[in-house]
Parts: sequence; C-alpha cells; structure tokens
Amino acid sequence: MNYFSEAIAWILDPANASGPSGVWARCWEHLWYTLLAVVLACVIAIPLGYLVGHTRRGRGLVVVSSGAARALPTLGVVTLVGLVLGIGLVAPMVALVLLAVPSVLAGAYAGIEAIDRRTVDAARAMGMSEWEVLTRVEIPLGLPLLLGGVRSATLQVIATATLAAYVGAGGLGRFLFLGLKTQDYPQMLASALLVVAIALLMEGVFEISERAAARRLHTA
Amino acid sequence: MIRFDDVSKSYPDGTEAVRSFTLEAPTGQTTVLVGSSGCGKTTLLRMVNRMVDPTSGRVWIDDENVADVPPVPLRRRIGYVMQNAGLLPHRKVIDNIATVPLLTGTPKAQAHARAHELMELVGLESSMANRYPDQLSGGQQQRVGVARGLAADPNILLMDEPFGAVDPLVRADLQAELLRIQRELHKTIVFVTHDIAEALALGDQIVILAKGARIAQAGTPQQVVSEPADSFVADFLGLGRGALDLHLRETAGGTLVVDALGRPAGRLADGPGPEA
Repeated sequence: MNYFSEAIAWILDPANASGPSGVWARCWEHLWYTLLAVVLACVIAIPLGYLVGHTRRGRGLVVVSSGAARALPTLGVVTLVGLVLGIGLVAPMVALVLLAVPSVLAGAYAGIEAIDRRTVDAARAMGMSEWEVLTRVEIPLGLPLLLGGVRSATLQVIATATLAAYVGAGGLGRFLFLGLKTQDYPQMLASALLVVAIALLMEGVFEISERAAARRLHTA
Repeated sequence: MIRFDDVSKSYPDGTEAVRSFTLEAPTGQTTVLVGSSGCGKTTLLRMVNRMVDPTSGRVWIDDENVADVPPVPLRRRIGYVMQNAGLLPHRKVIDNIATVPLLTGTPKAQAHARAHELMELVGLESSMANRYPDQLSGGQQQRVGVARGLAADPNILLMDEPFGAVDPLVRADLQAELLRIQRELHKTIVFVTHDIAEALALGDQIVILAKGARIAQAGTPQQVVSEPADSFVADFLGLGRGALDLHLRETAGGTLVVDALGRPAGRLADGPGPEA
C-alpha cells in the first residue's frame, strides 16, 4: 500500500506534471504512439481483411500468418528492428503495428463472414455490383466486429507501447525504464497506473462507439 | 416470356442439379416450379437472373439470351423475392423497398414516393416506413420483400419460396394478396415452392419436378389434379392418401364440402364456379 500512495503522490506532484518530460506530455506521447500504430495497422489490415472476407479466399493464409505475427515477441522485434534502423520511433512502431495487425485483420474478415449469407445473396440478386455489396452491405454490417478487433488491438498497443522507451523514444515507458534503472519503484508503479488509466479510458470510448454502431445498424 | 432451352447445370464434384431442362414461362402468367428439396427448382429460378449460369443450354427472356446481358443490369430489371425476405437489417423499410431504384440513380424523393405506393399495394401501413426489419413480423417482412421485388417495376418477378417461413394463416393471406396484385399487374412470375397446395393456389402453369429438374408433369392446376401423368405426380399431389379429396355431405343447413378428415372445407354453392 505504501508504494501505491507514493505512486499516486508521484503522479499528482506538480513537479512531475508539466514540461516536455512531464506526466501530461508523456501521456499524450503514449496516446499518440498508440493512435499512430493502430491507424497504420488499420490501413494495412482492413483492406486485406475485407478482401479475404468478401472473396472468402486466402483465409487459411491469413489465419496462419497472423497467428505467427501474434507469436512474435514484441521486445525481440523492437530490439531487432532497432539494431537495423537505430534508436527512435521507427523500431517500436514496426513492432506495435505487427502486434495490432492480427486483431484488426480478424475483426475485418470475421465481421464480413458473420453476416447472414442470405442477406448478401439477396443484395447480389437485386443487382448490387460486388463493390456495392461490399460497401453497402458487408462493411456496415461488419462494423461491430471490426470495432471489436480495433478495440483489442488498441488495448494491446497501449500496454506494449511502453517498449518505445526501450530504444530511446518517448511515452509512458520512460518512467518505467527510468524507475527501473534508479530503483525508483513508486515511479515505475506510477507509470503502470497511468497506462492502466489510458487503457480504461479507451475501453470506455470503444464501448460507447460499439453500442452506438449496434444501435444504428439494428444488429443488437 | 422466359424460355429455358435445354439447360443443364452440373458442379465440379459431379452432381447434376439440372439435366436438359426445357420450358416456357408465358408472359403475364405465373409459372410455379414445385418439387421436393434438391430437385433443382431454385437452381432453375436463379438461372433467369444469372445468379447461376447453366453449364450448357440457354435461357431466353423474350428474344434475348440472358448470357449476353451483364448480370448486374439484368438483375436490376428482374424482381427477386426470397424466403425470409433477405432484407437489409441496417436499412429502414422504405430504403429496403427503394434499394434498386436508388441503385439505378432514381432521385431519393421519387424512389421513396414509389416505395410508399408499393407499401400500400402490398398492404403495409405507411407508418411502418421508418421501421427496421427486426421490428416487423415475419409476414410483414415478407410483404416488404414483395414490395422490394416490384420497386423497379420489373416485367419479371422471381419468387423463391417467398412464403415458406411464415405460419399457415399468414401464408394464406400472403398468397391471396399475391393473386390480387398479379390480377392488377400481370407480371411474368416464376414461383418456386415445395408446397403443392401453394402451387395449386397460385399457378397458371404448374411444373412438377423430379430429381435433376426432370419435368414429371407441366400443365394447368386442373390438368395435374384431374390427369396426373404418372404415379410420381399422383404421389406428389397426395392423391393416393386422399390429401386432395373432398366429399359432399348433406346437412340440415345445406350441402357441405368436407375434406379427407371429414372436416368442413366449405359449403356447396350453385353453378360450376369461376375459371381460375
């Protein structure tokens, strides 16, 4: 309990709050890394997932390769890419995108696969082109599962983005690694608590948007 | 007029859904394809709008080989009504009905006005326009499905067991409505069902199909009931079990017509009755 109150005190200490390496700045940095990684993962994974879901081809390949991607130890990827490309944001960003892609991909294709085949069949029989079937039927109806995929990707990235500090980038990992080196455990715990707070905040955002999507789509 | 000209459909695994099928569905009439499941009737229906392309043979709409028409524009000018309606769950009733007109670029206001007319035609209250499919009963959804099939004012209406998933009372209601609409609109309808009573109720031409879409008999309802071509047809109609048998019974209140179970099916009226 002692560490806890010290960690809270550390977070609330005005001396730690502001400045380019203060709590607020690091929180924003952390959120920014998360957002960037998830957006990049979406740019890669959503079109691919839609392609797989719509054509029902290549699912096996996607499952195997995203399973493999999930199995990659993120710290290993950060180190490896960091050794090749040097310190900075690129190495952790590669690792975080790799971490986020499988969930988003699964959400994208599972969202389409879960739609009642008869609905899609009817859309096609009425004379929708393949593109119209995708954009007017499959994408809107697949939205709740896609959001679920993005949600779990986001949470994993928030938790893992602390590794960015390992190769010299920012984020809440800074406090973690600094605390580790200086044996300042309250600071480490404070960092962990802030990560948890951001994760819960994002959970709330996703919960609200998933409900809104389900309500709007009449799928719930 | 729709003409099937020696069409066959086989699949890579060797199953033959349809073998050398030839038939003409006359303009402005209802042709009912009836048979047990797996006889190829739905495959035949879906050949008309190219949801299935035949392995050999041709399907003609008037003098046009459907294989020469790209599927998307072809489907937009053919109404399609399916079992469970196949409505888009994320669209309001009005937008479901207007789907095809909106796809072909009809202005929204005009498409909606037309959809309202169709709702009235199929017996839906206009207050339902802004509901979603999951807020309707099965019968209402099916009415929306019929309205949607008619939205682009197609000459041809394909109906794939459209009333198969609703309870018998609602089904009878929907059948009566379809007959009424057809008297008004004179579409060329191809209707698929496994229910012989439904076929007799709706068809101008009834085509009884055996496995591989072999035509066991094609004719008017009167012909198939009074002169079944063979024992397969008689069995399918249930003639052997007396399923279609009706008897006259004299009562104090007049002559009743009773069914095979002795239950009253109606009352004997004077004269030969109207032509179907």
